[in-house]
Amino acid sequence: MKVRAQFAFVFNLDKCIGCHTCSVTCKNVWTNRKGVEYAWFNNVESKPGIGYPKNWADQNQWKGGWELNGGKLELKSGDRKSKLLNIFANPDMPEIDDYYEPFTYNYAHLQNAPLLEATPTARPQSQITGETMEKIHWGPNWEDDLAGEFSKRSKDVDMDGIQKEMYSQFENTFHMYLPRICNHCLNPACVAACPSGSIYKREEDGIVLVDQDKCRGWRMCISSCPYKKVFYNWESGKAEKCIGCYPRVESGMPTVCSESCVGRIRYNGIMLYDADKIETLASTQNEQDLYEAQCKIFLDPNDPKVIEAARAEGINEDWIIAAQKSPIYKMAIDWKIAFPMHPEFRTLPMVWYVPPLSPVQSQIDQGNLPVGPDGAIPLAGTMRTPIQYLANLLTAGKTAPVESALNRLIAMRSYQRSVHVEGVADTRALDKAGITEDQAKEMYRYLAIANYEDRFVIPTGHEEVRLEDFYAFQGQNCFTFGNDSSAGISQTSLFPERRKETVEVCVIQPLSKLKP
Amino acid sequence: MFDLHTFVYGVFPYIATIVFLLGSWIRFDHEQYTWKSDSSQLLSKKNMRLMSNLFHVGILGIFFGHVAGMVMPHGLWVGLGISDLAHQWIAILAGLAFGGAVVAGGAMLWHRRMFNPRVRAASRWMDINILGWLVITACFGLLTVPFSIGHAVKGDVSTMLLLGEWIRSILILQPEPELIRNVDTVYKVHVFFGMSVFLFFPFTRLVHVWSAPVPYLFRAYQVVRTKRHL
Repeated sequence: MKVRAQFAFVFNLDKCIGCHTCSVTCKNVWTNRKGVEYAWFNNVESKPGIGYPKNWADQNQWKGGWELNGGKLELKSGDRKSKLLNIFANPDMPEIDDYYEPFTYNYAHLQNAPLLEATPTARPQSQITGETMEKIHWGPNWEDDLAGEFSKRSKDVDMDGIQKEMYSQFENTFHMYLPRICNHCLNPACVAACPSGSIYKREEDGIVLVDQDKCRGWRMCISSCPYKKVFYNWESGKAEKCIGCYPRVESGMPTVCSESCVGRIRYNGIMLYDADKIETLASTQNEQDLYEAQCKIFLDPNDPKVIEAARAEGINEDWIIAAQKSPIYKMAIDWKIAFPMHPEFRTLPMVWYVPPLSPVQSQIDQGNLPVGPDGAIPLAGTMRTPIQYLANLLTAGKTAPVESALNRLIAMRSYQRSVHVEGVADTRALDKAGITEDQAKEMYRYLAIANYEDRFVIPTGHEEVRLEDFYAFQGQNCFTFGNDSSAGISQTSLFPERRKETVEVCVIQPLSKLKP
Repeated sequence: MFDLHTFVYGVFPYIATIVFLLGSWIRFDHEQYTWKSDSSQLLSKKNMRLMSNLFHVGILGIFFGHVAGMVMPHGLWVGLGISDLAHQWIAILAGLAFGGAVVAGGAMLWHRRMFNPRVRAASRWMDINILGWLVITACFGLLTVPFSIGHAVKGDVSTMLLLGEWIRSILILQPEPELIRNVDTVYKVHVFFGMSVFLFFPFTRLVHVWSAPVPYLFRAYQVVRTKRHL
């Protein structure tokens, strides 16, 4: 057993209102620069839809993630040799138009236009060439709120095995939001595909980063990430990706997308897992067993043996306590209401999702839907969003776990309804869904109230294990002038110099002492 | 007699080499963030598999061909039983194939760089220049082929041997520019352009050649870094 800690997320899709505040805060903080205008470390997709970049989840097209090759785990895009043979032109590389051509508007024209008969307009301009664009054909959120034709949106691979025709009718249409960031996977395909070894997983918190100095722009990570969450900065020639807001996380703060989420749908916490099991569990034969397989990799943070092993690995006490209070552990393991997205990509992603319930009230009022024992709240299978669709997204198509999770969410509501409306605790729905009254109360606290301190249980990073001179580092908030994880010393340096991470202490002398 | 010829083929090779080695080292030390292949595939993917592979495979073939034919000691090939005439014919054929690939792929890439609006907008001055310079160098290389064939059909291998001897004289730090004073001008022009590539090398995207990711073949897939001092 090799215990490692992972900074993990749960997004409660049931409460996502698709406001894009997460995307905008992330964009303003991390990608408002030339070369990554088109890159959204965080984006929110309207589902069903092909998403951003176009059709990203279809690995027959993009060859992202892993596959079993004769029972052995191998990158779907090919082994190391084929990576090098394809390095001059990556056949699986998306083009800028698969995302969208970044654009702005010629706002200056509104002020500078001469006197005209018609009102001047601000025409779109390409942020790559600076030329005026005749027409914008695609954008970062082109399908927002089910915009566009059903025939195009339903190319969504999660619609596979679903009777599309039925859902093309207005009466049957369904809709949900899917916020996406880097999954900071336990078995990241981007890391494995990087020929220069510049992408790495941090041992302390599992955040996956691109070493900007070491990246050579071979762009294999771009195509190998099945979630298309590594981006090529066309200006700098380097790969960039969600950095898990590590400077914030190391200071004990949630990521900026989680902090700014107005729906309070995002949870940040620590999970302990057994790194020795990664390969075996990611190699699980049947795709539909991968969700359960991934659950097996997590360790019970209250188990004395696990605690002992964690201490032996050098995991700090406050991290173990955080793991015990982890909202992620509660939702993923205790309550089994959160799921990894597309576990069939075999990267063991660490952003998990609580599936959304869908609105049905008017149907119940009309007596059109079967309801649970309380006569008020419907059953999971009767909801607008087909369970098969959610299962295709979250459990490689296995409906039972998703249905169980939805029933638990419904049972929690049913119980709360009985307490607050009837004044009597009715636990029949809870019993059927297999959760206790205490669990239902706690679920209510975490999911409905969603207090800040319940959503975010983040221990601070331990910089003291890295730094020799803490004093020189004060006030830098983990930003370094060199590479964050290296000691900043190169043995081959032509001109040996002081380590980059230390800052000279500047002593300001009073003027009187400087003058003779 | 010290004249322009002596300078270009006796001194310039050392200037180019020193700039190439020292410049690369300094840039590697101080400007890691600029050390990259600078791919523009994201902006335009069309025909890249054809163009880029032709260019890169061609230039690798050319590089190793020159090393094998002209840098390796002449005695090695004689010892292996390859006659000088056979040597020259191999050089002619390989040069034609790989040089042709470089010119074809490079010309297409250069056209793309100049006339694809997105690629052009993302190009730096040096990106356009170095690609053009490489293509011109390869063109002069191809122009030497008719001369070499002319020599070969007459059974004359002297030019090839002189050029090889001159390169080795440079490499063992005993430059003998006089060796190639009387070879056809086209060879000398090609050599000048070729040496200039090394002079420009550290200031261009060519530095990615140093970082050819061969160690990837022997690396574990997953990379984990720790803050702890190990």
